[in-house]
Amino acid sequence: MTIAVIFIYLALVLMVGTFSHRLFRGTGEDYFVASRSIGPFVLLMSLFGTNMTAFSILGASGEAYHKGIGVFSLMASSTALVVPCLFFFIGTRIWALGKKHQYLTQVQYFRDRWDSNGLGLLLFVVLVGLIVPYLLIGVMGGGITLNQITNKKIPEWVGGLLVCGVVLVYVCYGGMRGTAWANTFQTLVFMTLGAVTFVVITNRMGGFSNAIAKVNENLLMHGNQVKPLKLLTYTCIPLSVGMFPHIFSHWLTAKNAETFRYPVMLYPICVAIVWIPSVLLGVLGTVDFPNLKGPQANSVLVMMIESHAPGLLAGLLAAGVFAAIMSSLDSQSLAIGSMFTHDIVRHYGFHNAMSEKQQVLAGRFFVFAVLAVTYILSLVSNRSIFKLAVWSFTGFASLLPIVVAALFWKRSTRYGAFASIISVVVLWGYFFVKGWQTPDYTVADTGIMPVAVILVASSVTMVIVSLITKPPNRSVIEKFFP
Amino acid sequence: MKKTFTRWSLRLAIIVLYLLHNDFWLWDRPTFMLGIPIGLLYHIGFCIVTSILMMVLVKYSWPHHLDSSGKEE
Repeated sequence: MTIAVIFIYLALVLMVGTFSHRLFRGTGEDYFVASRSIGPFVLLMSLFGTNMTAFSILGASGEAYHKGIGVFSLMASSTALVVPCLFFFIGTRIWALGKKHQYLTQVQYFRDRWDSNGLGLLLFVVLVGLIVPYLLIGVMGGGITLNQITNKKIPEWVGGLLVCGVVLVYVCYGGMRGTAWANTFQTLVFMTLGAVTFVVITNRMGGFSNAIAKVNENLLMHGNQVKPLKLLTYTCIPLSVGMFPHIFSHWLTAKNAETFRYPVMLYPICVAIVWIPSVLLGVLGTVDFPNLKGPQANSVLVMMIESHAPGLLAGLLAAGVFAAIMSSLDSQSLAIGSMFTHDIVRHYGFHNAMSEKQQVLAGRFFVFAVLAVTYILSLVSNRSIFKLAVWSFTGFASLLPIVVAALFWKRSTRYGAFASIISVVVLWGYFFVKGWQTPDYTVADTGIMPVAVILVASSVTMVIVSLITKPPNRSVIEKFFP
Repeated sequence: MKKTFTRWSLRLAIIVLYLLHNDFWLWDRPTFMLGIPIGLLYHIGFCIVTSILMMVLVKYSWPHHLDSSGKEE
């Protein structure tokens, strides 16, 4: 039953993704940014779906199992405030610039804004380097989930292959429109299934009030599990959304600036809908399975479903997890494929003179290459890769001063941007070496997240180096600040 | 003048909301309200208030100039 539900779900995703091909116009702009024609509801669902990964379902419940309800404030409500602000202040402006100058990637914008090929290349390397672990986590998460939920009947490599295969077909065939439509469908699926899972399991546990009364009271408050400084500085992590290449691509798909209104207003509600069931089920898992250690807790949701509602619900949960994974993986692989096509092949190989057909062909080739390499890496990587998630976010968040300076500060210079990126690379490397083996690492065990320190350093570097170097050319300023 | 005041008031409201995210007064209280742990209920309310603030921001501080700026070329 479980396996049948999963395959029906995957077939539906393929149908939705490939159906969009009927609207394909055969141009590069259509393939990579859906001809900038996406409306408010699809934009909201695709932005939200892209940001929610398997972690929001399985990882969140695993964290809540150990740390209690504090996980919601740490990871969900902070995102609910920070991300809509990024859409409002940054996303709308990036959309307008993208439409005006026909940008298809992040690097194209930054290269133009500071009139520097070198800066574009450096950013390309840093962005691709940071997103690789994020891609890997998705593919490996798919394999592990399917393996657990089918009682090890399906090996992990098959789950990863299924995820990559399905994403490959609809991204190659449907491009950004297929990705956005499939994301919308998948986001609706995992939002609904989270709520259904919560209602079914709490009913089987004798009702929510009854079940929560049995939970250790330490898990029902922040207490010692979350330090105040950690809560304060963890709000820097969602700033990563402002520099994710895949979110940048989705911003460019909007029909007009007003399309952003729904995502800005409704994103916080969507966050609450997904995270409340995940966190509460994680906390309730301590009643049924009290002795899970470390990463074992990431399976608590699967174990609760097996215990209270196996069969159909297990299949639906797996579909929900697959939905969360694939709705991120599709956008990421398309964004990276787009960057290889435009920022490397088209810019350096064709000097920007690439036909529409060649762009689409190259885009498809690179999406295939990205997914193939990710899948192969997933077979040889071990599970410690999951520790890299927060480090990947830390890197992206620390690069935020680049986009803020580009949009709002005329006096910012290419040297300021160079120095800021290099400061991120150096400090990120330093903290990574110090802390990646330590769960819940904070700076000198104070509760301060490394991202807060790197963010301050990269901002200060951007300001100081910009001020002591030659101001940008008047033509560049006039182009971006008319 | 009124528009500038509204715009800056709303930006200030975002900062106030950011500070209110740090609910240190509920830190060690495992009590319940409406059947939900109060620390969690506070942050669910926080999401709802954020959504309302974003609606106000969109209504009164929308960057209308961007709608036309994308049509220049």
